[in-house]
Amino acid sequence: MSILEIKNLSYKYGVGTPFEIAALENINFSVEKGEMVAIIGHTGSGKSTLIQHFNALLKASEGQVLLDGKDINESRESAHKARFRVGLCFQYPEYQLFESTVYKDIAFGPTNMGLDKTEIDRRVRKAAEFVGLKESMFEKSPFDLSGGEKRRVAIAGVMAMEPEVLIMDEPAAGLDPRGRKVILDLIKNYREKTGSTVIIVSHSMEDVASVADRILVMNKGKIAFNDTVDEVFSHEQELREMGLNIPQITKIFSELKRYGFNLNAATYTVDDAAEEILRYLHKGGN
Amino acid sequence: MIKDITIGQYFPGESFIHKLDARAKLIVVFLSLVEIFLCKNFLSLAVVVIFAIASVAISKISFKVVLKGMKMIYFIIVLTSVLQIFYNDEGTVLLDWWKLKITTGGIFTAIFMAVRIICLILVSSLLTYTTSPTTLTDGISRLLSPLNKIKIPVDTLAMMMTIALRFIPTLIEEIDKIMNAQKARGADIDSGNLIQRAKALVPIFIPLFVNSFRRAYELAFAMECRCYNGNKKRTRMKQMKFSWRDAVSFVVIAVMLAGIILLNYFFGAVI
Ligand SMILES: Nc1ncnc2c1ncn2[C@@H]1O[C@H](COP(=O)(O)OP(=O)(O)O)[C@@H](O)[C@H]1O
Ligand SMILES: [Mg+2]
Repeated sequence: MSILEIKNLSYKYGVGTPFEIAALENINFSVEKGEMVAIIGHTGSGKSTLIQHFNALLKASEGQVLLDGKDINESRESAHKARFRVGLCFQYPEYQLFESTVYKDIAFGPTNMGLDKTEIDRRVRKAAEFVGLKESMFEKSPFDLSGGEKRRVAIAGVMAMEPEVLIMDEPAAGLDPRGRKVILDLIKNYREKTGSTVIIVSHSMEDVASVADRILVMNKGKIAFNDTVDEVFSHEQELREMGLNIPQITKIFSELKRYGFNLNAATYTVDDAAEEILRYLHKGGN
Repeated sequence: MIKDITIGQYFPGESFIHKLDARAKLIVVFLSLVEIFLCKNFLSLAVVVIFAIASVAISKISFKVVLKGMKMIYFIIVLTSVLQIFYNDEGTVLLDWWKLKITTGGIFTAIFMAVRIICLILVSSLLTYTTSPTTLTDGISRLLSPLNKIKIPVDTLAMMMTIALRFIPTLIEEIDKIMNAQKARGADIDSGNLIQRAKALVPIFIPLFVNSFRRAYELAFAMECRCYNGNKKRTRMKQMKFSWRDAVSFVVIAVMLAGIILLNYFFGAVI
């Protein structure tokens, strides 16, 4: 059974004001246990609005969100419980740190879950390890850290709740290429180690192409594509009309293929590209 | 929720009222508030009611929005007018029970007060609904510029007000975001007793203050880098110009003043 199922979901902001806007229209899709799904779309396409429905922060004007087959908006309790089962890490999470020490900030979520001290301690240490924070940092003030470190503390704060579904809204936004890679790698590592379901939101194809099992493309509040990476990338023209670009290296490879080189066009990262070219050269183009 | 507060909000538009010069609009609104207080009987009150409703209609802002914006003040309106019922014991007695006496005079004053308050709110909220905060402060600082002569730094004060107004929506948005982020980590914000609720505010207000200070520093640096100096005579990107519309609105307000005075004089006062 799907762990998360969205049925006929619609949402409007500012109902009854001149600023009323339909942010989501009739969304249907589901996420399987252990899957890694990427939600992609141009800025303003409704990605952040959509994921806030997954842990009942927003309540749909129409439609349902089913977690393990149960409607999360059934009652106040079920909505509150959903917050622990579906961990949501917002965009720029570093601006939401507040505790006096890094340790306490990571422990905020687990403490709200009502866990005992030893369990909280275990989870904080584990989460810190996932994001690569050293123990020597635990007693520092989160406000004294660098931007990248702050972000990792904030991500650890959500991971420490050990949610069944982890959702990250633009986790790599505003970072330099190396910082992006570090964050994406640690998410990949987290997923491999814990086997949990991960949903990653991004507006960059480059970031998610190599890590996601499936891509959900949002356009103006609707789902445009919901398919494997290869399948979605084959619609280059439509994607471009939605303001999205397929990775540059993929573009080069499909061009090369058109010129008669027998290369695999489903190549998304520079590393894979290097390997593919080597393979091609060794085989002498057969 | 916090987001439902529409008083003080600006709804962009192209109507006659939107296009009035901010200075003229301020003067007209001020005069019409004075006129609302000058009304002494139901006929003159009818004139300002028509004026208020017509203004809303001309502004093309839907009545639904205007009424929704007044939601928070309904209580004050009801309270003030109910109190009026017991303060006035003129006219025929309708109900005499223990120490409470309700008279026709009391009822009339209550209705009169309620209508008057609603008109006051309609007209003054129309000012902020149809003028962007920056234009509004610009208008105020222009009107007050004579005070510069007695060494009151009007321009600096206006800049402070502009910045404060500019960041209100940003702050509201930010509170919303931080609240959601902490809720996502299981913070329980809207239940529990008073102490628990107060404690639940800590994870919201600390990031809010930290971010506000950071933003204030950044803004100050950015302004200094562009050589901002509050004392120099600064020119403006948008020059203010009076137009025929402003003349028309002054005429309307003057005619209304004359009408109210005449109606008060010829038909006597009920209040
Ligand atoms: N709190 C809000 N109030 C009103 N409108 C909003 C709010 N948040 C988002 N929107 C609007 O909803 C639409 C979708 O926004 P969002 O979900 O943030 O998109 P994305 O995350 O894909 O950039 C946009 O048009 C945006 O302007
Ligand atoms: Mg977003």
